[in-house]
Amino acid sequence: MEWSIRNDLPIYSQLMEQIKLALVSGGFSPGERLPSVRDLAAEAGVNPNTMQRALQELEREGLVYTQRTAGRFVTEEAEKIAGVKKGLAARQVRDFLEAMEKLGFQGGELLALIRENMKEENNGGDT
Amino acid sequence: MAAILECTGLGKRYGAVQALENVNLSIEPGRVVGLLGPNGSGKTTLLKLANGLLTPNEGELRIAGQAPGPKTRALVSYLPDKAFLAEWMSARQLMDFFGDFYADFDRAKAQDMLGRLGIDETMRIRQMSKGTREKVQLILVMSRAAKLYLLDEPIGGVDPATRDYILDTIIRNYNPEAAVVISTHLIADVEPVLDEVVLINGGHVVLQSSVDDIRTKYGRSVDGYFREVFRC
Repeated sequence: MEWSIRNDLPIYSQLMEQIKLALVSGGFSPGERLPSVRDLAAEAGVNPNTMQRALQELEREGLVYTQRTAGRFVTEEAEKIAGVKKGLAARQVRDFLEAMEKLGFQGGELLALIRENMKEENNGGDT
Repeated sequence: MAAILECTGLGKRYGAVQALENVNLSIEPGRVVGLLGPNGSGKTTLLKLANGLLTPNEGELRIAGQAPGPKTRALVSYLPDKAFLAEWMSARQLMDFFGDFYADFDRAKAQDMLGRLGIDETMRIRQMSKGTREKVQLILVMSRAAKLYLLDEPIGGVDPATRDYILDTIIRNYNPEAAVVISTHLIADVEPVLDEVVLINGGHVVLQSSVDDIRTKYGRSVDGYFREVFRC
């Protein structure tokens, strides 16, 4: 798994984000056992306590769970993972809308622009 | 949890120069702490005090409840800011030497790290480049199972790939019962590896805070925050 740490946000929340992304994109499968905190921390190049915190927060959100002796696992509840996917997508859309607003596109004009570009992409895919 | 390193009202003067003044600090086991500050801020003085190489003028410093001395030296693994290894010795002889002095020295671990970094055990320190010497020093220091690691500028003189390896070693070496203090001005490089930072300036502790608290509060990295606070 690829990790990257940006400068403007707390590290633990970026780790949460990236693990969530791995959950919805199949980097981690439902029910899969997660690597140990130490291995995950080493892989991401972060402090083990910070990784631990990220996993605890994910646990609080019900996305991972701990089995006392066996370790930490990804949730098997599909609707939880679908919820995360929707949440991540909504954020992308918000960021996109914000960026478009800065460029002066809104409402119908923006929708037309999106349609136009999707059409181009589809055409591109056919040829 | 009981602090592994604790300073109360700690002060150190060199003649008329007040190198440290009224330093109050507590470092708990299981933490990786960055000791950050501009040149001449007192970082090295603090680490020397913790090793009993200097004695305080005011206040006190305790390692696991004891004043620095032979007993605390068994608990503390110290990487000084200067070359400290005998130049005529080879890496292998130095491992013998560390094994004799420190009951907690793990020779197999040191050999493994030397191998990974492609350092020939039979090479003498004198024959090594500056960067390789620094690697050997750090390997010896990190191969002890200490309770407190005090690393004075451990990544200053090495290439970026080795820097990554060293930081990786610190993460993999993580032990909930041991603390690591890293003094450096290369904040951006070490920041992800740290739990907390101690900012020191002009002999005073300006701030002790967790990395993520600084990021949450100021919306920027510790590196960015530091640059702003200490802008020249």
